[in-house]
Amino acid sequence: MISRQAPQGPVEAAVTPGGKETSWGPGGAVASWVRGLNVNVLREVALLPVLILLIVVGTVVSPAFLTVSNFAGIGEQSSALGVVVVGESLILLIGGMDLSLESTYGLAPMVAAWLIVPVAAYGAGTDLSPYLGILVLLAVGAAVGLINGLLIVKGRLNGFIVTLGMTIVLAGLQNGIVKAQSLFNLPTAFGYLGSASIGQLPVSLIVAAVIFILTGLFLRYHRAGRAIYAVGGNPAAARAAGIKVERVKIGVYVTGSVLAAIGGLMEAGRVSAVTGQQGYGEGIIFSVFAAAVIGGVSLKGGRGNMIGAASGVILLGIVGDILDLANVSNYWIEAIDGAVILFALVLARIVGGESTAEER
Amino acid sequence: MTSSGHALVEVAGIEKRFGTTRALRGVDLSIGTGQCLGLVGRNGAGKSTLVSILSGLSEPDAGTVRFGGEPAPRVGDIERWREWIAAVFQHSMIVPHLSVAENVFLGGGPALVSWRAMRRRTRGIMADWGFDIAPETPCRELSVEQLQIVEIVRALARGAKCVLLDEPTAALERQAILRLFDRVRQLTDAGVAVLYISHHLEEVFEICQNVAVLRDGELVLAAPTASLSKDDLVAAMVGGVRSAAPQASGAEHRAAAGPATATGPATATAAGLEAEAAPRREVVLAVDGLMSDSARGRLSGVSLRVHAGEVVGVTGLLSAGVATIGRVIAGAEASTGGEVSLRGRRIPPGRRAAAQRAGIGYIPEDRRAEGFVALLGVAENTTMTITRQLANRFGLLRPRGRAAAAAPLTSRLSLVSSGPAQPVSELSGGNQQKVTVARTLAHHPSLIVAITPTRGVDVASKELLLRSLADVAASSGAGVLLCTDELSDLAICDRVIAVVRGEVFTEFDRPPFDRDELILATEGIAGTADAAAAPYGAAGPEETARGAAQ
Repeated sequence: MISRQAPQGPVEAAVTPGGKETSWGPGGAVASWVRGLNVNVLREVALLPVLILLIVVGTVVSPAFLTVSNFAGIGEQSSALGVVVVGESLILLIGGMDLSLESTYGLAPMVAAWLIVPVAAYGAGTDLSPYLGILVLLAVGAAVGLINGLLIVKGRLNGFIVTLGMTIVLAGLQNGIVKAQSLFNLPTAFGYLGSASIGQLPVSLIVAAVIFILTGLFLRYHRAGRAIYAVGGNPAAARAAGIKVERVKIGVYVTGSVLAAIGGLMEAGRVSAVTGQQGYGEGIIFSVFAAAVIGGVSLKGGRGNMIGAASGVILLGIVGDILDLANVSNYWIEAIDGAVILFALVLARIVGGESTAEER
Repeated sequence: MTSSGHALVEVAGIEKRFGTTRALRGVDLSIGTGQCLGLVGRNGAGKSTLVSILSGLSEPDAGTVRFGGEPAPRVGDIERWREWIAAVFQHSMIVPHLSVAENVFLGGGPALVSWRAMRRRTRGIMADWGFDIAPETPCRELSVEQLQIVEIVRALARGAKCVLLDEPTAALERQAILRLFDRVRQLTDAGVAVLYISHHLEEVFEICQNVAVLRDGELVLAAPTASLSKDDLVAAMVGGVRSAAPQASGAEHRAAAGPATATGPATATAAGLEAEAAPRREVVLAVDGLMSDSARGRLSGVSLRVHAGEVVGVTGLLSAGVATIGRVIAGAEASTGGEVSLRGRRIPPGRRAAAQRAGIGYIPEDRRAEGFVALLGVAENTTMTITRQLANRFGLLRPRGRAAAAAPLTSRLSLVSSGPAQPVSELSGGNQQKVTVARTLAHHPSLIVAITPTRGVDVASKELLLRSLADVAASSGAGVLLCTDELSDLAICDRVIAVVRGEVFTEFDRPPFDRDELILATEGIAGTADAAAAPYGAAGPEETARGAAQ
């Protein structure tokens, strides 16, 4: 009754009670689409009330808050962090975690700049062109991600301790190669991404937005993106369904680290230097995790999306900006910053309901 | 086996070794188009290993797998493998946060996902087969039965010609099981082969044309179901081990294993006889007006009594609140009203530790979640309830003391392990359940609450577990509250309470209990049973055998 299917792939060949095949033919299912959309949209804009509240607070705190230049500034300052958050979110989605992104964020631009700048400015003496330098930066990111991925996935080591160790190794390299000096006088092409603007709009903000949007579309519409959710949600089911779980995981670690390197490039361009402090020294990883978690990305894998992650980043950016505008004393800014992030987490959990809750 | 010459699925000489264990020893098996083959065997007989080889997840050490006469695809080439055979595993292979449609097409489909096409196709397949689950529903919102349908639809969407069902009824209630049987028949009618793996022999007689029995990795029997009786199957599964079981407690325990339930000798349990001799002894457990709005089934005013030395069964459909009654009494879940008292002392609701200190032992429903700590050893798990007694005055525990305290319990339950330190995670399902029971017996409770204690346990271990519960009641005077939807387990009970939609519907106070009447009571229908009209499995083994022969 059932004939041997032509080898056009299993998806085209459903068994039906009559033994016929069903097809992907046209036809609308608008009602169900709308139903599905409503649920998703409600979940994804969960942070909107919090953002609105913050904007009101900011407006009250300072007249300079609600201006285009201020928001361009927030965008410029947040975009480097945002790109790292995209990378960390991908890794969280597969049920992993990567603490070393903050060091990759510092080391990758440091290695690139070291190969670019002249010996007099503590360079390596290779005088690499800035374009090759950017390729090196991406390669450093990919290499770190690959090592992490192989150790965690193939070596079956715990991701927390592997990436914690990697964090310290990379931070040490970052200072070691330049003997703890900072590198200035970066070529324009190298700093372009972090420093240039088109009109009032910083290029870094545009690039970060494009990365968010492309990643979001990839996660939603590409089979590899969906595989990421399957791997994080139930690895056994993913494996049984023919998803190459190990390959997906390693790919995500590599992608995450490359994104961290790009974030590092943005930051280097923004401050026109690569310092030994960039990344690990600043301790950006807490902000990275906080933005992802506030945005509803689960630390247990399989849950979260780019709209959420982006709102998390924006929220942290606005909070930082308000603290700046409110002239909070430098001695206290870290304590207040940390407390505000914890408060935002609680608020996001209350407002976001189940979408930001961890499962028990 | 088939008319076309080649069987749809054919395995020959399959061997698989794990370390020193030979999990499969030269297994030959074939399934024809549109056929339903039952695969039975005790825990550890090699069923899971065979399932994993048949579903392309692991490679045999020797032997061949052929589909339609051709060699099977490479192990690991899951996509091509699924065109032939797809498995619905015992543990759900569903990603809970994804939608139904996505789970159906998990791992398949074109590079760019078209959500509309995916939903439309899922809806189409659902409609073709008469299923009704909206494709955009997130899977975490589905019931166990619906999740299973999603997995079946997944198999059909890939065009699989053979569907492998591994213990599909383990978590289903009776009505859902009937619907599952209809689905299986629908599949075989359409020419899809089904490999049906189950602990429940009556199910095999109900829907399988042929049955294969695995024992210690060997195929010991393969025959048409119509030519066999339930006793033949049990004998093949258990082999020589069965005769080693002591005969002292006799007929009613055989009843638990199956054959004599409906028509067997009307012998009451030892505990039952004592209870009849001294009918109203001390009330151990008094429950009054228990209310709950638990997700596992609501309760609206349940009252019951358990006397010393009495085994009381509570049964009903899964959604009726049977498990909720057990969990609330054991303190594993809070109630919204009503009172639980043990020997006249009120037990605070929802506090498991307090309930245990008061003397309520608890054998939970989901042993993996609540029954033991998988990474800890057998002895440590077994004595987890009595650390206070075992510790010296500085609070220190000696492993040797723990092992000594655990030994009598584990030997009483014939628990098989390599030693007291072996992690429970390494034991078979039946032995894991014995750890859970031993843990409960260790603190000498005056009441034992057991929720579906025999689920996923093989026939011989089932008997042993039930007998140990009945023995505790008879010897120590503890009361036992057995909450189960497994009617054959109720054979050890002195009284059975049938629950319908969170209320006590009726009570049977004299064993033996008529299976048909029990089934009707759980459905909320009072009156005498009509064997011919009984929904399923109600008939004795002779009748099912006859039914299958027709």
